[in-house]
Amino acid sequence: MKFELTEEQLAIKNAVKEFCEKEFKPELALELDKKEEYPIELYKKAAKLGFTSMFFPQEYGGQGCGLLETCLAIEEMCRADSSLGVAISSGNFGSELILAYGSKEQKEKYLPSICKGETMSAAAFTEPNVSGSDITRMETTATKYGNEWWINGTKIFITNATLADFIVVLTQTDTKVRPTYRGETLFVVDKGTPGLETTKLHNKMGIRCSVTGEVNFDNVKVTDWNIVGELNRGFYHSMEFFDKTRVGVAAQAVGMAQGAWEIAFKYSKQREAFGQPILQHELIGCGLAEAMTKIEAARWLTYRAAWLIDIGKMDPMATAMAKQYASRVAMEATDFAIQTLGGYGYLGDYRVERYHRDAKITEIYEGTSEIQKLTVLKYLLRKY
Amino acid sequence: MDIVVCVKHVPETAEAELKIDASGKGIEKSGLVFYINEWDDYALEEAVRIKEKFGGTVTAITVGAEDSDSTLRKCLARGADKAIRLTDPKFAGSDGYATAKILYSVIKNLHYDLVLTGMQAGDDGYAMVGPILAEMLGIPHTTMAKKIELEAGVAKVNRELEGGLEEQLEIKLPALISVQTGINEPCYVSIMGIRKAMQKEINVMTLADTGLSEADMGETGSWLKIEKLYVPPAEKQTEFLKGTPDEVAAKVAEILKARGFI
Repeated sequence: MKFELTEEQLAIKNAVKEFCEKEFKPELALELDKKEEYPIELYKKAAKLGFTSMFFPQEYGGQGCGLLETCLAIEEMCRADSSLGVAISSGNFGSELILAYGSKEQKEKYLPSICKGETMSAAAFTEPNVSGSDITRMETTATKYGNEWWINGTKIFITNATLADFIVVLTQTDTKVRPTYRGETLFVVDKGTPGLETTKLHNKMGIRCSVTGEVNFDNVKVTDWNIVGELNRGFYHSMEFFDKTRVGVAAQAVGMAQGAWEIAFKYSKQREAFGQPILQHELIGCGLAEAMTKIEAARWLTYRAAWLIDIGKMDPMATAMAKQYASRVAMEATDFAIQTLGGYGYLGDYRVERYHRDAKITEIYEGTSEIQKLTVLKYLLRKY
Repeated sequence: MDIVVCVKHVPETAEAELKIDASGKGIEKSGLVFYINEWDDYALEEAVRIKEKFGGTVTAITVGAEDSDSTLRKCLARGADKAIRLTDPKFAGSDGYATAKILYSVIKNLHYDLVLTGMQAGDDGYAMVGPILAEMLGIPHTTMAKKIELEAGVAKVNRELEGGLEEQLEIKLPALISVQTGINEPCYVSIMGIRKAMQKEINVMTLADTGLSEADMGETGSWLKIEKLYVPPAEKQTEFLKGTPDEVAAKVAEILKARGFI
């Protein structure tokens, strides 16, 4: 047992940290948060250094690292700034599906430009009516007519919806089969395909630098070429996909918690009340100590979940625990950071209120905390 | 163009709370974050840029403990070809003069057209290793370089002077140049760079490899001895500027300029 990052992992962490310290300017984050705009230039810059393609193989222009290294990068980005970090670390969300299940031609077409940061991607699962937490049945259908698949339906809360150059979408291809999830298939659809329409959703509580939108499919025509993975195996592909990517959400949460905590800690050493720095007042000092204890616990749950995946022993329970716990800790730590800064914490300029707003999403997307707990319970019942 | 860059692994002290250690001659280093000395970072960047333009090699060299490897790896990740770490318990306590001797013992056997150092180190700030090393190597040197341009057999160097002045001089190669911050904009480290750097070997040398004796280094081999390290008592200095707003503004500008803020 070795609870230590390797020399290379430390170098990676430091490289991302150094980049973010200089490039993730708080003024930029504030402005983009207000305007609800994506930091596209920063995404390209980070991609150029390899920070967004950590676990993509080198043959497609990736870095050939593991999920743990990916998490280190995500954590550092979200620590430096919760809004910019989330936006940049999810700029290529969905392209992991192409990497894991795509055909050779699909990989060659989509991955090199994704690794370079020239393109962005999206994955569309959630629908307005039923599916979100429950993706066992899709209202979005893909029906075969001759050599073509016609996709119809609406997806909602789609990250990068309006920016993505391609979208991987989960559809119902067999409407008769029971259970229904045995009839779901993933397709990759290019931006600009006739019938594909995307609109941006506004006024989100947090992650406002990240684009979230609605994707509408109106007789969007694709062929067998566009199937990602196997026909009618889309549900299984998606579940496995999330078992990996949600470790990344845990890393986002750990990073946000750490970032807000650092702002609060620094402030508590400077701000005085009753003749001493507020850090010396036990309610603040012990609160910060307790928060860091939880952050550290969340961090190691996250690293372990990522490490298990990297060594080929993926454990959905470990993933679910990491995501659920880290996102809760992010909410608590960012909340306590606001409390530490008092009135200032409530102001946008002091950043911690934004970290708190941004942290909330980690309890919702890529499987809500409730679903994570159910997953943990499911695996506990198998063990005990 | 073969370039040797001297680098140092130093603690980040700008934000950290520093404590004097039990000896009273140093700071408590546990818990501090170490990284490449800021000035050396610019020297390395300059070396890599020169190499990209003219070809050749860049060798990063340091005197320090094993943990200096992270600084050397960073140099390799950013484009250095080779790295040498001089490590020996006997090196501890060396001043700039003794450190220069250690560096000299290795660099004299390397092929180089240019030796770059940071103007000073962020921890002790003596700014002496570069000039002393140049004297030992028997090559010309100049300090506080803000710009380096290479021509056949010479380097044109712009030096930063007080009061916002710059001086341009020509120096014959091989030469040693100590570099001021702001000479360039250091690049970020890429993941590919790190992955390549991890494949390279760091050449570790000890006292035995230097051909020096124990008396040449550490406190015995040093000319300077630290008597004590302390936090100076805080003093408040206030100066009231009098005159018309224009006059006061001019004086403020003058003071800021004299202190190098603008």
